[in-house]
Amino acid sequence: MNAPINPSRRHSYFEATARNRVAAVLDAGSFTEFLPPEASQPSPHLAVLDIPGAFDDGVIVGSAALGGQPVLVIAQEGQFMGGAVGEIHGAKIVGLLRRAMAEKPAAVILMVDSGGVRLHEANAGLIAISEIMRAVLDTRAAGVPVLALVGGSCGAFGGMGIVSRLCSAIVMSEEGRLALSGPEVIETVAGVEEFDSKDRALVWRVTGGKQRYLTGDCAELVEDDAAAFRQGAIDVLAGWTEPAPSSATLRAEQDRLTSRRQRFAGMRDGLEVWAALGVPDPRQIPIMDRDSLVALRKGLPA
Amino acid sequence: MTLHDILDALFPAGHAVEVSDQLVAGTAQTATGTVAVLGTTGPAAIGHDIALGLAGRILDIVDRHPGRPIVFLVDTKGQALSRAEELLCLNGSLAHLARCVDLARRQGHVSLALVTGEAVSGGFLSFGLMADKTYALADAQVRVMDLKAMARVTKIAHERLVELAGSSPTFAPGAENYQRMGAIEAIWPAPSASLLEAALANQAAAGPATDGRMASGRARDGRRLAADVVAAVLAA
Repeated sequence: MNAPINPSRRHSYFEATARNRVAAVLDAGSFTEFLPPEASQPSPHLAVLDIPGAFDDGVIVGSAALGGQPVLVIAQEGQFMGGAVGEIHGAKIVGLLRRAMAEKPAAVILMVDSGGVRLHEANAGLIAISEIMRAVLDTRAAGVPVLALVGGSCGAFGGMGIVSRLCSAIVMSEEGRLALSGPEVIETVAGVEEFDSKDRALVWRVTGGKQRYLTGDCAELVEDDAAAFRQGAIDVLAGWTEPAPSSATLRAEQDRLTSRRQRFAGMRDGLEVWAALGVPDPRQIPIMDRDSLVALRKGLPA
Repeated sequence: MTLHDILDALFPAGHAVEVSDQLVAGTAQTATGTVAVLGTTGPAAIGHDIALGLAGRILDIVDRHPGRPIVFLVDTKGQALSRAEELLCLNGSLAHLARCVDLARRQGHVSLALVTGEAVSGGFLSFGLMADKTYALADAQVRVMDLKAMARVTKIAHERLVELAGSSPTFAPGAENYQRMGAIEAIWPAPSASLLEAALANQAAAGPATDGRMASGRARDGRRLAADVVAAVLAA
């Protein structure tokens, strides 16, 4: 059993930079960066708009070890342009995934922290995300699992929300958010009565880690702690075998999504979903700790 | 041009395509045989129901009609924008649809997408951009966001964006920008059976499709950096 985590020793994954996450999640000292800042260039598409760039363009890629196993790593930096995907940023991710197809590491670890497409490079970003989508599926088809970690301050939204769900599995913290459109976008287009983006508790009940865990959209729920993400990733990958793409697998997912759509039809709040799942007191979910929630899910009716 | 006009022009030998809640599905005849026709019209907002409807039909084609080519007709204004859709992880249903298109490719189905109306963001990502090759009609509107909204969100003056859009394909709406960047293979002046059949025949002859969009984008001088960055990561 793991020793209880001393809160004062916790290293918040949510607040950490991408470089700190890489250092804390992977085996100590194992990370080697491909295209370090001195071998890279900031985005010329931002420069032309007089926006300061970053030499890593908001994403770090490289090789490392996790629990002694060789892995390739992608870590988005939410603190630069909201982790959004532009031409260079996206191409670094595609390059890393193509490298994984050739190198066949034990896994690719994708630390997602992104609002999706970088609007300043909108077309380049959208196309890059499409290329990432196909590269994730190609990597998995080559037998290499791609594991998404979702717990950064920008969450996993837009195209990166889709990419996350194309991965073999997702490890997520309760502070993580995973969705397609951001609440601000929905509020702007459909009105505050549709989605009040300033109601943080509501945003979290709709897009947060506990909701995603209870409905089976993430494999593992962990504390907001880099060590917990590390252990969660090791646990998910232990004995993982990447299934060959097949119609049977996708039929099973089709059935799961279709029946879920019917079961939760018309619902607009996690509280309703949790009640329908048989949670005795849904209002307790937001204040439950991670271990109690995991135990509760195990006890829910099938 | 109505969907029916487009179908008549693409498939003069006949088609049996139905539209239900903006989801387009059926079969059509070409010189080389029957093809499946799938897509959206409207332009449709892609929510769980359309995504799962398209995904289920793709799985039916894979299971019951091995090798049958699939023609996707794209007319989407993007993903559905609602709290109820997001509550059930809309990104997951769009990912599932994308996986189904990808599975069809792996199982030997040639696929082609034609943007007939609009192609926007998540709706475009989930199936149009997953086909082997994507084409657009001349009056198609392809975008992430229009420039006025983009100016508001990025706080960059609209006039400045308009000016830059004249010299860069990187951010402004337009099928020709996506063509220059390699994501749209070609723009068709009008729906055409001969263009469609030639495109399908080219793909069938080329064998299993790989993602060549980055190389196309560089060859067309619309995306100058991406291919070199990938090469550098592979060589590092």
